[in-house]
This record gives sequence, structure tokens and C-alpha cells, in this order.
Amino acid sequence: MKKRLLSVVLAVAMTAGLLIGCGSSSSAGSNGKLYVYNWGEYIDEDVIRQFEEETGIKVIYDMFETNEIMYAKLAQDTSAYDVVCPSDYMIQKLRENDMIQPLNFDNIPNVKNIGQQYFETSKSFDPENKYSIPYCWGTVGILYNKTMVDDVVDSWNILWDEKYSGQILMQDSVRDAYMVALIKNGYSQNTKNASEIEKATADLIAQKPLVQAYVIDQVRDKMIGEEAALGVIYSGEAIYTARENPDLEYVVPKEGTNVWIDSWVITKGSKNVENAEKWIDFMCRGDIALKNFEYITYSTPNTEAQKNIEDEDIKNSKVAFPDLSTMKVEAYQYLGEDGDKLYADEWMKVKSAN
Amino acid sequence: MKKFFERLYLGILLVFMYAPIVTLIVLSFNSSKSRARWGGFTFKWYLQLFSDEAVASAMINTLSIAVLATIISTIIGTFTCIAMIGLSPKLRSLIMGVTNIPMINADIVTGISLMLLFRFLHISTGFNTILLAHITFNIPFVMLSVIPRIKNMNFYVYEAALDLGATPVYAFVKTLLPDLVPGIVSGALMAFTMSLDDFIITYFTKGSGFETLSTLIYNEVKRGIQPEIYALSAIIFVVVLVLLMVVYRSPSSKSKEK
Amino acid sequence: MKLFKDKKTSGLMSSPYIAWAVIFILVPLGMVLYYGLTDNAGSFTFQNVARIAEPGYMKALLRSIELSLISTLICFILAYPLGLILSSMKLQRDTFLVTLFILPMWMNFLLRTLTWMTLLEGKGVINTVLTFLHLPTINIINTPGAIILGMVYNFLPFMILPIYNALSRIDENVINAARDLGAGQLQTFLRIILPLSLPGIISGITMVFIPALTTFAISTMLGGSKILLIGNIIEQQFTQVYDWHLGSGLSIVLMIFILINMIIENLADKEGGTF
Repeated sequence: MKKRLLSVVLAVAMTAGLLIGCGSSSSAGSNGKLYVYNWGEYIDEDVIRQFEEETGIKVIYDMFETNEIMYAKLAQDTSAYDVVCPSDYMIQKLRENDMIQPLNFDNIPNVKNIGQQYFETSKSFDPENKYSIPYCWGTVGILYNKTMVDDVVDSWNILWDEKYSGQILMQDSVRDAYMVALIKNGYSQNTKNASEIEKATADLIAQKPLVQAYVIDQVRDKMIGEEAALGVIYSGEAIYTARENPDLEYVVPKEGTNVWIDSWVITKGSKNVENAEKWIDFMCRGDIALKNFEYITYSTPNTEAQKNIEDEDIKNSKVAFPDLSTMKVEAYQYLGEDGDKLYADEWMKVKSAN
Repeated sequence: MKKFFERLYLGILLVFMYAPIVTLIVLSFNSSKSRARWGGFTFKWYLQLFSDEAVASAMINTLSIAVLATIISTIIGTFTCIAMIGLSPKLRSLIMGVTNIPMINADIVTGISLMLLFRFLHISTGFNTILLAHITFNIPFVMLSVIPRIKNMNFYVYEAALDLGATPVYAFVKTLLPDLVPGIVSGALMAFTMSLDDFIITYFTKGSGFETLSTLIYNEVKRGIQPEIYALSAIIFVVVLVLLMVVYRSPSSKSKEK
Repeated sequence: MKLFKDKKTSGLMSSPYIAWAVIFILVPLGMVLYYGLTDNAGSFTFQNVARIAEPGYMKALLRSIELSLISTLICFILAYPLGLILSSMKLQRDTFLVTLFILPMWMNFLLRTLTWMTLLEGKGVINTVLTFLHLPTINIINTPGAIILGMVYNFLPFMILPIYNALSRIDENVINAARDLGAGQLQTFLRIILPLSLPGIISGITMVFIPALTTFAISTMLGGSKILLIGNIIEQQFTQVYDWHLGSGLSIVLMIFILINMIIENLADKEGGTF
């Protein structure tokens, strides 16, 4: 019997090897490599291919789900990736911990396409605009299915409505989950006040039985597939999800929300700095930013791309390009090691509650 | 009557084991992305799968790590088992005690401990670190299946061969090794299976831009399951099953040979 | 046997593996102990291990123990009769049948788990069929029930194999002797078959219990990240929270459990290696 099993195994291995052998084409770059670390579903893959063709650089592209996962990976070894796309507060943390390096803007001429106001906003986490170049920005809000929700959705409180038990998707990310609970209570999303955070913890624990699942990128597919009625989601998904399922609508609650910018940074340990600069420059190109925007539908800070959006509805869309002056928004700040630890411990309480 | 219930029980368990897999295979032909709706028959997920370089390289990575780890761990494991014959029983049981650790220990602890080691030694994680990790957890499977064979080995034939003028190596290969082969084979087989199936240890010892099938699927699942993955599981399952059938249904002379 | 190799060459020949085992087994475990028993500044502390007593972590540990015990029990209840049936079929095809039961092991572990995600989802396959038949739908995805199901499905082959091996190794003459001496079926089973298959049972229990106790993938995939097991918590310390000291400290707690398990197994099975 054992002899036979072995022959089976070997045969499987060989067949599989053959199958795969035909499928893979080696496209090793002649101009070296580039390790890119970006959010999941956050780029048009054609753009990567186009970059490889134009520059001869081989891109190794990995994806992360949350800023925290990204940080844990880089903290192990900052040379693991060359160019990364974290959010505002995490850029501040990376900068303060000396894990990213200043950019040489001379090598990134296309940076001129990025709207000046986005650099102004960036100053909250990158005071001298030395380390980061904006890639996408947006808000956090509620995506709901009009056929499954009868109430008016305009407040975070609906995520605590028992009517929707088992129909709610929460973000499986510390800061986003706490932002919802803190703002609902009228607190700042950057609070370090222990009793305010504890109140938010209690609310999140009270909400837990109503939550179907804590997910991140899956919110999109689950909402499209009508697995859930309400989900906390980033504004960039609104256009895409509405296109796939017209019953879905994105709302920014009246209590206010978080506004975020994800920006490109180059790691301290990067072994391919030049290629990383080329990558950022490429991403800032008007045509590329537009192509990317049309695919991922996250708001682009690229004025060149904004100008050339063909679809007038999207060009003037309040969802894709919200007027922030009409909303109560705030950006996350890095809360320091103690702040991070406090939130991490409290979040663990929520996640391990019954 | 008893026979009937026995068959029924076997049947129910087989359905439990295989019905989910069959469902996946059916879904892999569903042109609708939704799992709840049948949108017609299609091969497009298979075509997409074959043009997907990420899956192809994950497959190659998985197989090459499994094959290399199996070969290396089988050699080291067997060699060590033979060497241990001459050691004092105390030392032998000490070695076996240590060898048992990765088998008994939780994968998550093994994975983390190796990650800490590689980090400490500043070895950048990737193919090499996964391979080292897999060899480490495979050696025990080899040793544990070779050792019982060594216990039953007949040394008199070996001694006789030496008396008749054979060199030790020749005598070993001719007299003792054949006894060991079944143990070595089943150990290698276990090692290969464990290596193919491993997720947790690989997850902690892999580096940037390097995926095996397990880690690739885990990432995909977190982003929402794409039907290509159904196609992938269908292929893996069918290949394993068909080969098994072929071996078992081959001319009965083969089964008598045993 | 002494003629085979003198001690010196034996020592020399085993030294590569001994070195390997020290570097890749003992040193890494030492590092877990080091991280687990120090704080950020590198000074000794018992804090990381002691934090298991905090309600959140304790709850996760107790839940892990509960779910893995239930899964192990179910696996045993399913596998033992199967082992009896398979070992009683002294036919050529029994090996094929046995292989059929362990075949899913060759499909990737995550694919096996993913299958149940697809089946159990709110609008998944099972509910679609139930709705079509006008039956009430089931909602066990993201509950402990789904995790138990995932554990049983994944680890059942690990229970079947050792039990079958132990049962099929029982000498039939022993059973016949018992019968001849007047033992009834139940008596034969309780006094002969069960004790003789005990090593297989214990081996099976360890092989199911430990992976179930320490898993994090199954609970993430089938629990919707709502149900944290101790494995999830340790994993998150390394991949999200970036607190290696706490992660290692909690790993030490797990190692204690494993150690207890190892001792029990060693007591029951002095032979070693039931495979």
C-alpha cells in the first residue's frame, strides 16, 4: 500500500509541475526589482504591467489589509519592501520611528500633478512634506442596501439598531472600529482619554451580537452579494459597489467621520530607491492616475486625472470628490506607543467578548 | 443487517468528507460569480486560473519546497537513525526527545520560534527560510517511521556478509538497507504530505513577495473568494483522485505482488 | 549490534543532525522563552505570561479548550466505529477505502476550510438549497458551531489513521481466544479490543486536539473574526499589534499545555511513533 501511495504522490507532483510549467512565463526585469506593499484591491493590475513594460523593472507586489499589519511587517525588516502606501497616522508613526526616508522630489517630476491642497492636508502627519506623496484619499461611511434597510441612514447609531442583528459588517481594524464608536458618543476619534475609550469599548461589545462579521476587504463583496444590509466602508468603494449592485448607497453620517489620505513612502531599508522613485513618479502621471481611478474608484488627488474624467456624473460626484467643508471630518493622528497599546488592549477586549 | 448499517455508516462519512468538495467542483463551472445562483456552464474560471501568474508561481513554490524538504529531510533523518544505532540508549532517547518536539508542539509556536530565530540571525525570509522550516518539521516524521524498522533489523546477516569479505558499506546496502526502505518511503510520504499541507509555519517564515498555495489562498479568502480558487481546488482534487484510481484499478497482478 | 559502529563514528555521524536540532529546534524555543520572559527593555518579567489571567485572554483560552475538546470528542466518536468497520473488512479493497478517508489530507488545508465558508454563508450553497426546498435556513457561519465543524472536517483524518492502524494490528487469535473462553461481544470489546487500540486512540486525540487548540485560520475563516481563539490572539500579537513579548509569553502558556499532553502520551504509549 505504501509503495502505491508513493507512486501516486510522485505522479501528482510531476503532473502538477507540468501543468504549471506551461503556464508561467518568466518576466524577470532587466532593470532590477521593486518590492511594492499596498492595500488589497487598490490598483489596476494593468498599471503594474505597464510600469514593468515601460521601465524594465520587475515588480513584486504584496498587499496588506490594515495599517497595523503593514507596520508589523516593516518593523521586522524595513528592507522587506521598497515602496509602501500607508495612511496618514501610520506615516507619522513610521516617520517618528525612523522607518521611512525623505523623498528626492527632483526624481519625481510628476508630483506637480498632485493638488497643492492635499500637500497642505498632509502637513498634519508630514509637516515638511518631505516623506510622502498622496495616492488616494476619502472618508469612512456606511454602505447600505436600500431594499434591506427601511430607516433613514444618517447616523452611526443605526449600527446599534437591533432590527439589523446579523446584518451588520464592521471593519476589522482598530482605528476604524473605534472611530465609529467614539464619534457616536461625541468624542474625538483621536482621544487618549481612557474613560472615553472604555465607553467606546463597552459600546462595541454591546454591538458585537448584532455584527455578522468583522471584515476588511470583504465588506465590498459581501455587500454586493447581499450577505449583509449595512457595512462600514471607505468612500472609494461607493462607486464600484453601486455599479455592481444599484441598491447600494454610501452615506457619511451626520455626526462626522474620518478623512484619510494614503500616500506613497519609501522605506528606510529600501535597496531599490531609484526604482521606487520611478514607481511613485509613474503613479503620479495623469494618464496612469486616471486609469487607476477608473478601476479602483478611490478619489485621486491628481488634478490632471480629475480634469480628464470622462463620466460627468463621476466627475461631479459628491461621493468620489466630497466637499469636506460641509462635513465634520477629522484625520487620524498617531497616538504614540502608549496610545497604540491602550487601543490595542481595548480592541482585544471587544474581539474576545462573547 | 449489521453489514447494511456498516455500509450506511461508511457511506454517510464519505458523503460528509466529499460532498463539500463536489460542491466546489460544481461551483467552479458556474458562470455566475454568486454562490447562490447558477448562471450557466462555463470554463472561464479555469482559463483565468491558467493565465494567473500568481497562482502558477505559488504552485511551483509549494511543490519545489515540498519536494526539496522531503528529499533533504529523508536523507538527514535516515542517516541519523542509522548513526544512532551505535549511541548509548541515554543519548538516543535524548535525541528522540528533542526530535519529538516539532511534532508534538503547536505549529503556531514552531512557526513563531523559527521566525524569531531568522529575525535574530538577520536571515531575510523567503524561499530559504521556508525550506529550512519545512525540513525541520519533516525530519521527525522520517525518523519516527525509520526507527521501528531499525529495531527489527537483522544484524546477523550483516555480520555474515562482513565475514565473507564484503565492505561495510556494500554489506549495509545489500543486507540492511532493504529492510529500511518501507520505513523510509512511508516517512518521506508523511513528510511530503505535511509539507504540502502546511500553512501556519509557512505563514510565519515567509518573506515579502513569496507565496505558497496556502498563503495565497489565505490572502484571497480575506479579500473575498474568487471562483478561480474553486477551479484550483477542483484541479488539485481531481488529479489526486484520478491518480489514486489509476493505481488501484491497474491490473490485479500488481496487487498480488505485495 | 556493537560490531556495527563504534561510539565515536556514531557520534560523528549523528552530529550534523544534532547540530540541526539544536539550531532549529532548541534555540528557537529558547528565543520564545527569552521574549516571553522579558519586556521591551530586555529585563526579566513574568508579566507577559501572567497576562493570560486577564479576562480577555483567559476567555479566548477557555473557548479554545472548549471548542477543541468538543471537536476531538466528535472526531473520536466518528472515527472509532469507522476504524472498527474498516479493520474488520479483511478485503483487498480496505486499503483503498482507508486511503479514500485520508485523501482529503492531500487537498490543501485552507481549501478544505474554504469549502465550508462557501457552503455555510448566509446566501451560501446549503441555504440556497434549503430555500429552494422551502425549508428554514441555517445560520451557523460566524458561530462556534461553524468553527467546530471546520475543525472536525479538517482533522478527522488525523483521528481515523492512528485508530485504524492500531485496530488492524490486533491479532485475531487474541480475539478468538477471548471468544473461546466465553467472553461476549461486549466483553471482548471492552477487555480486549479497546485496551489494545488505546495507543491509537491517544495518538489520534493528540493529533486532533493540539492543532484544534492552537488554530487561527479556521476561526478567522469560519468565525468571521468574531470568535477569537488563543491562536488568533498570539497570531495578532505578531502580525498586527507588534508585541512580540506578549505573543511569546502567551505561546509559553500554550507550550505548557502541550507539555502536559506530551507527558500523558508518553505514559500511555512507551513505544513511540504509532504511525
